[in-house]
Amino acid sequence: MSFYNTLEQFDHFDFSSFFNSVSDDRVRDCLTKEYLNAYDFLTLLSPKAGNHLEMIAKVAQKKTIQYFGKTIQLFAPLYISNYCTNKCIYCGFNHANVIDRRKLTIEEIEKEAKAISSRGIQHILLLTGESRQATPMEYLLEAVKCLKHYFASVSIEIFPLECHEYVLLQQAGVDGLTLFQEVYDKVIYDKVHLAGKKKDYHYRLDAPERGAMAGFRNVNIGALLGLGEMRSEFFFTGLHARYLDDKYLDTEVAVSLPRFNPAECDFHPEFPVNDKTFVQFLLAFRLFFPRAGITVSTRENAYMRDHLIHLGATRFSAGVSTSVGGYAQHQDQSTPQFEITDGRSVEEVVSAISSNGYQPVYKDWDRAI
Amino acid sequence: MNDEGLRLGDTTFTNRLFTGTGKFASNEIIPEMLETSGSQMITVALRRIDMQSVTDNILQYIPDGVTLLPNTSGARTAEQAIRVARIAREAGCGKFIKIEVITDAKYLMPDNHETLRATETLAKDGFVVLPYVLPDLPLAKRLENAGAAAIMPLGAPIGTNRGLETKPLIAMLIENSAVPVIVDAGIGFPSQAAAAMEMGADAVLVNTAIATAEDPVAMGHAFSLAVQAGRAAYLAEAAGQSVVARASSPLTGFLD
Repeated sequence: MSFYNTLEQFDHFDFSSFFNSVSDDRVRDCLTKEYLNAYDFLTLLSPKAGNHLEMIAKVAQKKTIQYFGKTIQLFAPLYISNYCTNKCIYCGFNHANVIDRRKLTIEEIEKEAKAISSRGIQHILLLTGESRQATPMEYLLEAVKCLKHYFASVSIEIFPLECHEYVLLQQAGVDGLTLFQEVYDKVIYDKVHLAGKKKDYHYRLDAPERGAMAGFRNVNIGALLGLGEMRSEFFFTGLHARYLDDKYLDTEVAVSLPRFNPAECDFHPEFPVNDKTFVQFLLAFRLFFPRAGITVSTRENAYMRDHLIHLGATRFSAGVSTSVGGYAQHQDQSTPQFEITDGRSVEEVVSAISSNGYQPVYKDWDRAI
Repeated sequence: MNDEGLRLGDTTFTNRLFTGTGKFASNEIIPEMLETSGSQMITVALRRIDMQSVTDNILQYIPDGVTLLPNTSGARTAEQAIRVARIAREAGCGKFIKIEVITDAKYLMPDNHETLRATETLAKDGFVVLPYVLPDLPLAKRLENAGAAAIMPLGAPIGTNRGLETKPLIAMLIENSAVPVIVDAGIGFPSQAAAAMEMGADAVLVNTAIATAEDPVAMGHAFSLAVQAGRAAYLAEAAGQSVVARASSPLTGFLD
């Protein structure tokens, strides 16, 4: 079994006629249900439900507070290499791009770790491009070992691995895996991933599941919104999350809603997601999966993030650099993977969270566990 | 009947509402909530404690005189729980420990088996062990024999506010336990806390319902009153419910 079997069931599903059939009453019904099924979720993703955002937001806020309290967990991403063998047409690390390729030495990783942890950050997300030559397992394990000295929690967002490789990383102290399918639509997936290991749709699709099997506590998935038809893409993200949650009782599932921001002028997504739709998706997911974490990165600007605190977001990156070696240096020397639009420092993000009446949580894990 | 308080380890608690540090909008609310609720014991997850941090050390919000109950949240095995407990003790968090071993991220059900294993080791180690469990009488007996200082059965899954869904099972523990029974998790409203106390629970632990209330300080006070009322009712030996009607004059009195 794979999540692919679930996806296949929707191969010939007529999303537009489903959306056309959604009534206001049907949307309202979804707000009072304790457990939402896939079609309830799709109802909340419909254009019709977009007319009821305020009502949906009230329920989403209530559910979020019930499960997470008024808290926002903080983390920072750490890019240690931008070598990449893939050609993803939307990504700054694209193999075809002529950029400064860098890979940090363990000493440099330590410098970055010191710089980040000195700002209070305790949860780190380690990132690389996809290159087994540049960033082999031994290197990744060394990097994790180094980071464990500085952070309470280490997660990874790297190329998909085999289950036994995930086990090695888990044993080395990695507790979370972030991996985005980017796009669930197979035809588009093939069109935007021109070359490299990433062309293998299934290998990527099953990677979060391999991570859950390997014992990671948190598995964070997502679709890069804009690549495929947005409502179905986010629908599949939600189903994928529920699939993992149903199958792996001991795994905490979280989602991200990364979308292209206008700052990335070199790639124009075919299906841009506007703020209103973005918020609708986040709210719909909260109702569909009240216990799941929702990660919001600095792809979103400060204005959006400050408002999302109240709607269902549970995890924020803060004080972010998406360049390799960007924390210890004063000036970014390499091309970022994506442009950030919330460039605030950790202190500024923390103060925004507090002034919104929420508690910024730096540490919610321990090496001992 | 006087309430002499609840004794756990060598500490006596005159207030039977225990609280928690999670989910508050700001940790600064915690001392105020403790004051209005009168709660004398508060649980804190070791995973949330950052001894090094000056800005985010949750312990600095817990006043002297309130007993710290570190918990092992995040642990999935007895070994992890034991490790967490020892770190908490070394860090100066005292000798109380709430064992919370959860292998199910979906319903957050405690793993009774691992919890028993951790209790065996930690009780021998001199901890005052409060195991968080699914109410199960034979298990409660084993925990008692292993040296648990109390049993903490859940009323309903953590954070659900669904109240005493496990009421008949908790009643068995109350009837048969030699150690105190503290209802933990699921209590969403003061009325549910009162009901738990009325049926004879020795204390209740309430976190989410207080922390996520619009006014946590006032809600802490409300829970405290409810716990007192429930306890007083229990001590007054409430007449109890009956499935059959009871006429005020016995129907069969004429036979006497």
